[in-house]
Amino acid sequence: MNDFLLIVGMALITYAIRSAVFVFGERLSFPPIVRTALSFVPVTVLTAIIVPMTFAPHGGGAELTWRNSQLVAVIVALVVCALTRKPLLTIAVSLAVFFFWQLVVVA
Amino acid sequence: MKTTLQAGNLAEFGAGARDTIPMMVGAAPFGVIYGTLAATGPLHAWTVQFMSLAVFAGSAQFIALGLIAGNASFAVVWATTFVVNLRHVLYSATLAPYVAHLPARWRWTLGAFLTDEVFAVSYAHYQKKPAGQTGPYYFLGSGVSMYVNWQIWTVIGLLFGSAFPGLQSKGLDFAMVATFIAIIVPQLVALRFVAAAVTAGVLAFAWNGWPYKLGLLAAVVVGVAVGMVLSMRDERRNPTELERAK
Repeated sequence: MNDFLLIVGMALITYAIRSAVFVFGERLSFPPIVRTALSFVPVTVLTAIIVPMTFAPHGGGAELTWRNSQLVAVIVALVVCALTRKPLLTIAVSLAVFFFWQLVVVA
Repeated sequence: MKTTLQAGNLAEFGAGARDTIPMMVGAAPFGVIYGTLAATGPLHAWTVQFMSLAVFAGSAQFIALGLIAGNASFAVVWATTFVVNLRHVLYSATLAPYVAHLPARWRWTLGAFLTDEVFAVSYAHYQKKPAGQTGPYYFLGSGVSMYVNWQIWTVIGLLFGSAFPGLQSKGLDFAMVATFIAIIVPQLVALRFVAAAVTAGVLAFAWNGWPYKLGLLAAVVVGVAVGMVLSMRDERRNPTELERAK
């Protein structure tokens, strides 16, 4: 029941954000400063989520060692993505490196 | 007259769905990963599917899974959903000229389907046409096909995850990290984006211990602020370049 309420809330928030401009378009206008702020939202949110998962995969302190599979695979993903700009290739290569490291190198 | 009009609508709907196929293929692994991760997490399978049906926003759903597993409060999950989905405001503002002339019921409906992929496909199509002369069916075709696609891959992920319950501990959540890197890197088109991202990342790590994941939100706010300060500095220095970058 609690989870149900949580999801209904998420759905309402998401729907409101998506449809507000379509529905109330005439009355909403975005000053340039708001547009500038919004342009930084995706990169900051996504980076803020993955950095702790990468450097402290077990929730404790930073694990800055070659035995940290997350860290190794993230470096690979950054390089592949920067060089190729291909999302699926980035995901496939870094996942392969991650599992190789996790199951073969570290184990 | 009425029949030809309907046939035309159906063709538009079909064209929107057809042009969305590459995006549907791209979203497939994310849907499977979401379903698999969720199947091994604390949520009931129906709840997981209900989230795909009701929220229909991949990255927000991924993040919510992580937050729920970490016992985040409702307020933090909702605030994060809000922040993560704010980018859709940019999409709807960009598409608004192409839907503004449609009846209200259409505008209420189309908003529900506005994902990253549907935006990309619909905008590419509408751009070629004069604003005010575009129908809703292409957009609807793209949105409905993306929606059905997301539901199917969520189900497959749920089945996969319940067949192999040990996947979570094997670090499958790295797939989410890889996915996000694939979204982030192409957006780092100028130093101010790199600076904003690095600030948010470092602070999110430093503030990881804050209760209810509040450190994440605070890190994002500071990261955005850094990006804005740098934007204003760039604008003062070279206004035309910034305009072009937009």
